[in-house]
Amino acid sequence: GPGPTACLSVGSASAFSRTAPPYQLLHSAPRPGRFRFGYARSSAVGPGCAVLDQAFARYWRLLRYAGPRAPGEGPEAAGAPWIYLTVCLLPAGLETFSQLIWRDEDGTFYLNKTDIVDFPRFAHRGLLLDTSRHYLPLRAILETLDVMAYNKFNVFHWHIVDDPSFPYESAAFPELSRKGAYNPATHVYTLNDVKLVIEYARLRGIRVISEFDTPGHTLSWGPGAPGLLTPCYAGSIPSGAYGPVNPILNTTYQFMTELFREVSTVFPDFYLHLGGDEVDFTCWRSNPKIQAFMQWMGFGQDYAKLESFYIQRLLNIVSSYGKGYVVWQEVFDNGVKVKPDTIIHVWRENAGPYQQEVARVTKAGYRALLSAPWYLNRISYGQDWQAAYQVEPLEFEGSPEQKALVIGGEACMWGEFVDVTNLTPRLWPRAGAIAERLWSNKTVRDLQDAYIRLADFRCTLLRRGIPAQPLFTGYCDAEYSGF
Amino acid sequence: MQGQRGAMEPARLFLGILCASAALAASSLHQRPPQPEFLLQEPELELGESPSGSLWPLPRSLRILPRQLQLAPARFQLVHGPGSTAGPGCGLLQDAFRRYYEYIFGYSKWQNQGQRPLPAGTELLQLQVIIGSKDSECDNYPNITSNEACEYLIWYELFSLILLGLETFSQLVYEDDYGTFLINESEITDYPRFAHRGILLDTSRHFLPLKSILTNLDAMAFNKFNVLHWHVVDDHSFPYQSVTFPELSGKGSYSYDHVYTPTDVHLVIDYARLRGIRVIPEFDSPGHTQSWGKGQKDLLTPCFNGEHWSGSYGPVNPILNTTYHFMTDLFKEISGVFPDAYIHLGGDEVDFTCWKSNPDVTEFMKQQGFGIDYAKLESYYIQKILDIVSSANKGYIVWQEVFDKGVKIKPDTIVEVWISSLYTTELSRVTGAGFTTILAAPWYLDYISYGQDWKKYYSIEPLNFPGCEKQKKLVIGGEACLWGEFVDATNLTPRLWPRASAVGERLWSSENVTNIQDAYNRLVKHRCRMLRRGIAAEPLFVGYCDPEYRGR
Repeated sequence: GPGPTACLSVGSASAFSRTAPPYQLLHSAPRPGRFRFGYARSSAVGPGCAVLDQAFARYWRLLRYAGPRAPGEGPEAAGAPWIYLTVCLLPAGLETFSQLIWRDEDGTFYLNKTDIVDFPRFAHRGLLLDTSRHYLPLRAILETLDVMAYNKFNVFHWHIVDDPSFPYESAAFPELSRKGAYNPATHVYTLNDVKLVIEYARLRGIRVISEFDTPGHTLSWGPGAPGLLTPCYAGSIPSGAYGPVNPILNTTYQFMTELFREVSTVFPDFYLHLGGDEVDFTCWRSNPKIQAFMQWMGFGQDYAKLESFYIQRLLNIVSSYGKGYVVWQEVFDNGVKVKPDTIIHVWRENAGPYQQEVARVTKAGYRALLSAPWYLNRISYGQDWQAAYQVEPLEFEGSPEQKALVIGGEACMWGEFVDVTNLTPRLWPRAGAIAERLWSNKTVRDLQDAYIRLADFRCTLLRRGIPAQPLFTGYCDAEYSGF
Repeated sequence: MQGQRGAMEPARLFLGILCASAALAASSLHQRPPQPEFLLQEPELELGESPSGSLWPLPRSLRILPRQLQLAPARFQLVHGPGSTAGPGCGLLQDAFRRYYEYIFGYSKWQNQGQRPLPAGTELLQLQVIIGSKDSECDNYPNITSNEACEYLIWYELFSLILLGLETFSQLVYEDDYGTFLINESEITDYPRFAHRGILLDTSRHFLPLKSILTNLDAMAFNKFNVLHWHVVDDHSFPYQSVTFPELSGKGSYSYDHVYTPTDVHLVIDYARLRGIRVIPEFDSPGHTQSWGKGQKDLLTPCFNGEHWSGSYGPVNPILNTTYHFMTDLFKEISGVFPDAYIHLGGDEVDFTCWKSNPDVTEFMKQQGFGIDYAKLESYYIQKILDIVSSANKGYIVWQEVFDKGVKIKPDTIVEVWISSLYTTELSRVTGAGFTTILAAPWYLDYISYGQDWKKYYSIEPLNFPGCEKQKKLVIGGEACLWGEFVDATNLTPRLWPRASAVGERLWSSENVTNIQDAYNRLVKHRCRMLRRGIAAEPLFVGYCDPEYRGR
């Protein structure tokens, strides 16, 4: 659902105000050693709330990495002994608070008296990582979750399996990773790993949406699930190669029923991403049994109908587990009947302007998720964060009702050329541009201002131990040293 | 270097370092016709096995025989062979022995293996390194010399080549499924195609912490690069701490944390030396010097707006005697600090706008009879700098503009070609005029793009320009340049490696080593080896290494 309103007020008895924050020095807090986060008496939750307890501990540690700021009018002797932080959306509010703290040259921490009203513009602010084309060690995923929280992303879209490898260790079908992972001993995610990722994300206010993409992008599933993929034919004999999932066998649907029963349980989020993109019909066409099935079903030569047939049955399976689903745009384009609460993920860059696709999806009454302009794996020389920043997700022809159906977007880091060696600097701070587009007001578009803040934020990331790459020439006080 | 087998009859493991004339005929394994110009739209390469295993760059000639020898970590030794003029007193070799023992064995759990007696004659016990040169001065700095390949191999780069031979040896050792270390009997003749194989790092646009530089020196050694072109200062910052002019970095560096002290510089030079790598510093002038102005009054030209100083500065002021006094002292220091025979003097991209605006410069032009040809003023400046550097007994390298603008330069000047458009024409012109040259133009690795751009770098043939044999001989090598606009310690290593490895093989291996499929098969393995050795080299394409990168 839409995100709850978050509000952050720093300073005693300050009223929420949308006016520019008065830039006054309140007092020198927090001092390491004395400053504490705590629950106010009026707080609805108290100690024992894991998300808050953990967030307090985490941000207390992060405060020591506060960076320099131009001092205001000089320290004021008297100050309020307490800071009240009214936060309805955690831990984003604590992140904002931590970004407000700065240090002077003597190492004293300061906080300006500040009124802030803050809530996200879009409810779905996602980041896609691809752990199939290259395996990402757990620590790379956890580090990414940390930085996502710093950027107020709230959805980790885990594109966990694909053609090249199947690192997800399934309890129901252990052969999938045993035969489909790059190395079944080292390049897998155990159930414990997955649970750790989900819990680590939860404590940072991040949902984990897993993607098990079918019927295409499944080559790595084949070795561990005999009979699942379509045998391709060369003339009248099997060529030895395999194509997409075989949609004409009952065993296929029995398999999917079992697999998604497990996946639905392991991943607690309401939504699953079911993929459905880029299905190549060549293999299906070559297979005589599929040809016969097409005829029998009256599909003629329209293989999109066969794809729809498969997807339809898959959606029914997933629905039966009480889950909602996200699918890539092809599922909508091919006219598959989907439930009204389906989220359509718009990704194609070259199939006409993506804005038209967003308009079509929302006109049909579906909710839309935008990724087309945000494929961060596509790199180029120069400051490409600016193009990502200048995207306006609601800039398409449509009614206000249609605009309301755009629930957000996702930055995608596909894995063809990315692994643990280059993931973090390639992702940050470029994804930060998208984070601000999805969080901040529509009117926040000033590139120069964004550059200054983003360059500064990048130095904050370095201080927190994250190797975020530079935007342009310059330096940070503390360069990255965590080799 | 010779390998000697334990007990019984000696097995042949000969890692030969020979003169060009004595090189074995190249084996037929890898001579396939050159590939056509590569297009990125081509389907991606399928990973396979190369007959040359994981060797990178490919040696001049290679014969891997089927017979396998085992290496036992507890017994295997790298030693000085009989008759070698070097001994345990040679620090450079002792360090290299220790380092390569670690590279060969250091990444497995061999410590836990039990002792297992091996059948006689199947174990390689020693790698003997024999230095034949009488002049085995282990503490010399690697250096370049004339184009007489044979002499240069023996006399000058001998120690560097020994280090490179150790690298090749370490790449030949592999582990079988049971963790046994094996090496095949092999015959290798190896020497570089080009003498100058450089990497340019830019520490002005972003400061690179020392550790970042040292890590990349390691990676350079793994790829047989032998020159670090250290573009140490530029417009943006002046991190080099000068003893003579401490204010240069005092005011021109990004901060007090962002400087290279004399100790740092010495460490870089020595770390490089132990890996057979020369360090050539670049102090680029008269342009690219904005950061110099902060710590040296009156060095830069004041720019004018009409009759008044505009508040900004341009290139170095070429009309003042004080400028040349300053440069004399600065380059005297630099010549002492950097032992290499060459200094890079820059000379690129000089913008005349400021000089044109300045009335004193205009007056000087008139006096000198330069008319309005400001290239003559630039020549005037450059020639004085060249004289200063010559008098310090150093050779010099300049960017191509110095040649293009007709500055009179000494015959032994090395001209570096960097402008990507028409660089082959430029190579013809420079070598036609009789100058030695270094090619950098097609290898600007800071220009990133989506996909496997290493293939583009790999497919460059440096001698593919119109010219006679004599001209081709004047191309002494090339450099992969990683300019620093968008690069700092956070992304340097994965951006440079393994993309620079493609350049490394082009500069080392034979001209006919152009099979992109074979290169891909070897480079994928080479990249995994770099990961094992702690270099965060990025992937070429989909796949995996076992183990993945564990640093950080």
